[in-house]
Amino acid sequence: MKILVPVKRVVDPYAKVKPLPDGSGLDVAGVKFDVNPFDEIAVEEAVRMKERDPSVSVTVVSIGSGDCEEQLRKALAIGADEALLVETTDEMDSTVVAAELEAVVRQVGPDLVLMGKQATDDDCNQAGQMLAARLGWPQATFACKIETAQGSVRVTRETDNGEETLDVPLPAVVTTDLRLNEPRYIALPGIIKARSKPLSRQPRATTAAPKTRTIRLEPPPSRPPGRRVGSVDELVAALRERGAL
Amino acid sequence: MRLLTVCFDTAEVAQAGGFAAALGCEFDAVVVSGHPVADGLAEALRPLTEGYTHIAAVSSMKSKDLMARLAGLLDAAMVTDVVAVTSPSVFQRPMVAGSILATVETLCSPVVATFRPAGFKGSAGAGKTTELVAAAGRATLVSETVRGGSRPDLSQAKVVVSGGRPLGDAETFERVIGGLADKLGGAAGATRAAVDSGIAPNELQVGQTGKIVAPDLYIAAGISGSTQHMAGIKDSKLIVAINKDPDAPIFESADLGLVADLFEAIPELQSKL
Ligand SMILES: Cc1cc2nc3c(=O)[nH]c(=O)nc-3n(C[C@H](O)[C@H](O)[C@H](O)COP(=O)(O)OP(=O)(O)OC[C@H]3O[C@@H](n4cnc5c(N)ncnc54)[C@H](O)[C@@H]3O)c2cc1C
Repeated sequence: MKILVPVKRVVDPYAKVKPLPDGSGLDVAGVKFDVNPFDEIAVEEAVRMKERDPSVSVTVVSIGSGDCEEQLRKALAIGADEALLVETTDEMDSTVVAAELEAVVRQVGPDLVLMGKQATDDDCNQAGQMLAARLGWPQATFACKIETAQGSVRVTRETDNGEETLDVPLPAVVTTDLRLNEPRYIALPGIIKARSKPLSRQPRATTAAPKTRTIRLEPPPSRPPGRRVGSVDELVAALRERGAL
Repeated sequence: MRLLTVCFDTAEVAQAGGFAAALGCEFDAVVVSGHPVADGLAEALRPLTEGYTHIAAVSSMKSKDLMARLAGLLDAAMVTDVVAVTSPSVFQRPMVAGSILATVETLCSPVVATFRPAGFKGSAGAGKTTELVAAAGRATLVSETVRGGSRPDLSQAKVVVSGGRPLGDAETFERVIGGLADKLGGAAGATRAAVDSGIAPNELQVGQTGKIVAPDLYIAAGISGSTQHMAGIKDSKLIVAINKDPDAPIFESADLGLVADLFEAIPELQSKL
């Protein structure tokens, strides 16, 4: 089985980020970048499948600037076999990403695309479903457990009020949620080995233009400062005063 | 301009009225029943979207699964988690775990959107309502676990009591957090740390990648106040934090803060209500 894992370079999810003063973008001065955490979970899951079944191969792909090589190397260090960088500095939204990924799927020919449910920078939660629609493939989003079977995967997914399990015939797109696995700690030998794994660069394959444009970024409205109460009695009084009880 | 809303129950039809009012148009509704699997449902919806400039749904895991697929089928522009409408093609939405508010313009029609109902008020009813029984897809349902019980739905609740990592285990979470929630007639919520360690079930996770809540009263007990958690509670009218660390970041966003051990403060609070 061949697995394709798209990987996005995002600002460190634990960093505090602000908009630029003119609102034209994110102020990323001094901020680190990392693999989108959900994509890292997807890479980890694909690599575990490969460790269980050596006939599985894992290709990772990133679409973006040359800097994405850093994130692809991390995915290779986790254990992916090869990487592809679709190099571009174009403005993209999820529709463009899905169009480009569709072209990559046609090129690589995976049985399964395993990707993060959302990117922690734009928080869109769109690309996987859009890709599945474009390909006409079934999908299972928000996976917390994946079992492989002959020609299908059995996916348990988190829902608004519990979980459900789907049988999904391959080829398919599966998106990952937080509890699918805990990505491994990457030890030095993995990092060194990743340096010599194949990473190829290619230009975009489509001319898809974004269907949305970000006009302005601003800080969210701030809450007025709160106050401390000294005891539970004071808390109850303050809650009564505000009509919250 | 014409809006079609995809609803999973009648409460969502009412919430769609608020979104239609913000767009400044009338709306029709498709009410989906049965068990939806995204690929089959998106195909079944596709012909029903003809003639609409906007297709929207209340933000939920179900709608995100479906609507992005529908947008892909329709080759539409899509905006997730709309919190305000500036014009029929300009929307506001949070990003980067709520630390940024983005203004986004859609450049083509149709526009597919999911919206957070807290920001939209309006009581207009739907013009035409179509019932759609979820069609089979190629992905098939094997089994399903639905939890819920007697407490109100987390995303709709007027009171939410949430607990974090220090709750320790499921039984303690249920007794301490669940107990106060029941006393207040509210819902229980949790952090990712609590869910990851099996203290609370996954559907109780509140935050960037979990549920968005907008109650009148939100009580956070033993929660540090990570950006990711705060992203889910900003629309709460009153935030109360109970944390034993006076420097916990949650106090920066709480309207009322009590520095205390939750295992003492919560039972005391419960007894005084
Ligand atoms: C991609 C991504 C997505 C995420 N999505 C979410 C999300 O949707 N929701 C979410 O919540 N998190 C999310 N997180 C995790 C988030 O970053 C934090 O790790 C998490 O919110 C911390 O949970 P916590 O506050 O329970 O635990 P901690 O950060 O460990 O805080 C525990 C707090 O309890 C206090 N405490 C300890 N004992 C007591 C006591 N006896 N009485 C009172 N106070 C006590 C401590 O002082 C501390 O402040 C996400 C992270 C990532 C990377």
